[in-house]
Amino acid sequence: MYEKQILICAGTGCISSGAYEVKEALDNELQKNNMEDKVRVILSGCHGFCEKGPLLIVYPEDIFYCEVTGEDMPELVEQHLVNGNIVERLLYKDPNTEQIVSNHEEILFYSKQKRLVLRNCGVIDPENIDEYIIRGGYQGLKNALDKDPSEVVEMIKNSGLRGRGGAGFPAGMKWEFAYRSQGDKKYVVCNADEGDPGAFMDRSTLEGDPHAVLEGIMIAGKAIGSDEAYIYVRAEYPLAIKRLRTAIAQAEEYGLIGENILNSGFNYKVNIKEGAGAFVCGEETALLASIEGERGMPRPRPPFPAVKGLWGKPTCINNVETLANVPLIMRKGVKWFTSVGTEGSKGTKIFALTGKVNNTGLCEVPMGITLREVVFDIGGGIRGGKKYKAVQIGGPSGGCIPESLLDLPIDFDSLTQAGAMMGSGGLVAMDEETCMVDLARYFLSFTQNESCGKCTPCREGTKRMLEILERITEGKGEAEDISRLEKIAVTVKDSSLCGLGQTAPNPILTTLRYFRDEYEAHIYDRRCPAGMCKELLSYYIDPEICNGCRACTKVCPVEAITGEKKEPHVIDEEKCIACGACLDRCKFGAVKTK
Amino acid sequence: MCQCQEAATSVEENFEYEKVESLLQDYLDKKGVMVPILQAIQEEFGYLPRPALEYVAKRLRIPVSKVFGVATFYAQFHLEPRGENIIRLCRGTACHVRGVAKVADKMQEHLGVDVGGTTPDMKFTYEEVACIGACGLAPVMMINDRTFGKLEPDKLKGILEQF
Repeated sequence: MYEKQILICAGTGCISSGAYEVKEALDNELQKNNMEDKVRVILSGCHGFCEKGPLLIVYPEDIFYCEVTGEDMPELVEQHLVNGNIVERLLYKDPNTEQIVSNHEEILFYSKQKRLVLRNCGVIDPENIDEYIIRGGYQGLKNALDKDPSEVVEMIKNSGLRGRGGAGFPAGMKWEFAYRSQGDKKYVVCNADEGDPGAFMDRSTLEGDPHAVLEGIMIAGKAIGSDEAYIYVRAEYPLAIKRLRTAIAQAEEYGLIGENILNSGFNYKVNIKEGAGAFVCGEETALLASIEGERGMPRPRPPFPAVKGLWGKPTCINNVETLANVPLIMRKGVKWFTSVGTEGSKGTKIFALTGKVNNTGLCEVPMGITLREVVFDIGGGIRGGKKYKAVQIGGPSGGCIPESLLDLPIDFDSLTQAGAMMGSGGLVAMDEETCMVDLARYFLSFTQNESCGKCTPCREGTKRMLEILERITEGKGEAEDISRLEKIAVTVKDSSLCGLGQTAPNPILTTLRYFRDEYEAHIYDRRCPAGMCKELLSYYIDPEICNGCRACTKVCPVEAITGEKKEPHVIDEEKCIACGACLDRCKFGAVKTK
Repeated sequence: MCQCQEAATSVEENFEYEKVESLLQDYLDKKGVMVPILQAIQEEFGYLPRPALEYVAKRLRIPVSKVFGVATFYAQFHLEPRGENIIRLCRGTACHVRGVAKVADKMQEHLGVDVGGTTPDMKFTYEEVACIGACGLAPVMMINDRTFGKLEPDKLKGILEQF
């Protein structure tokens, strides 16, 4: 019998911060102290708090250590495990209050969350099916198999579950369409082509709790009358693919995938398809084309995939997070699920909180929580004491929400009203040093690059909008550019074939709506208020700080900097090409921009 | 004369067609196999050699243009030989906001190649990708299967020297 259990986070974030080295060092130390029989070490899925990785939690006392290294292990074993003293220097310190917190539930990053979908992530060993089953796993499937398919569809409809991948379409309705479609063969497709830059909740879910997704897929299969599923995963997620393969093999061994599952007469087969790197494949019809081995280009709907999908058969496509909600609804019931969330948006949503906040990572919150709570409580506010400017929500399809809307409750409908959208749940916080025009340019360069080229509005429109934005950020903007942008944006939004084009203008439209003054400053004053657009900056040397060390003169490619040794230097604005090399080089902060 | 017919039937003398043939065995009677076939070929050769694509077209009885169409659509596929180590620098939103641009400049300076380029010694190929999905550690890159986070321009040299 083990006395203690130690969880080491082995999500992608913590692995790159050195989680495997920590595990190895810990195993060594335990062996040295003859404690292997007393302490069980588990590599778990993602805990979400990637910023502070690698993370290590000691149970049963629930002591949360962060930013641990292999070298810390001798001390941790001796002090904590042998002598029973907590190693204080490895505990979490609140960045604002400087308070030291030992219990992970008391850390604001966690205490404001409601982890339902992520309940197992970071708690169980994702490569061990028993741990999933002990925590109620596959009970939802059992319940679904005992029911008539129409009852299962009805339950999901009543739960109000909406698709977590983008547009928020009611999942129950999708299931009902596929259920009512006639066909000798039907498919369930799990969309794990998480292509939004800034979102990684599907990756963490697959890596941390793959069985939950498999169980959701099979419940969907039972509901619509399908016997085969495809999971379409990005090839960029090798760990997720590996853990899914392990999970499928284990479920097959336990008779949870295969023939006559749990003696119900229900058969199921699950295949994995690796995506090959095309953002547009997140769009459902493009995804189907990709599975069929074609170029991943969307086609007009109708017919919807529920009628004519994969290889012409009725197909139900849901995103990873949507499917991971399903086993919970089947196990705990509709009433339990609808008790969380708002009128139009039930349950929780996982956000990937990144950018300029103190605590980056993955958090799951009830729908209806305010942006302020997410950014300032869970995220711990803006790093370096800088001023909040906006959050970008929903990736390249979403929009920027300014400070005035910080108290907006987050749900599908309120975000759409604000001009943004839930999207997949990427939340990137920005401070005063982020230029909003440059951000719009960044997103457009992404969507323009990923536009598949099939329909004209998206192919040409994104290109033209990008050209205008590039012009503005280079200080060559024209007075009519803002109205040109607005006109093209509306046209592309209204007339593109698929979701990629229809939402591509959102970053422009929201920044124009909330940060129009920044566009105007670039165009009329040739000035970038955030100080980010290189071509618009002029550099100067503060004579009070400069000590004449000459370092900057050596890196200046155009010899624009002059001055005697040990005397303050000067930049010749005529010659300066604003490359920023001197600013990077100066150790004293004497080079400044205006 | 139309060149494509000739190209489709031309045979490269030193090319290992038998390797492609053996890879094809797993897929010949199945549907939707184009992407997995190309993935398998790339896994074997490190890129997609033109003779291999022509051979696939012939064996599957489809036009070469269709195979090229799929091969050039997806970012994952490469028609040129690549370096021993693949560097994938993330240009996602979180990395953008946290200043990946400077890291990218420095990287290109170190390697002396542009995006998509391979160093003359074939040691590194430098690519930029939309998002690696490790945004909590921005800016981040992958070299082969290893992820490196919280990058700064000055850290690059030390990381590259590990390879």
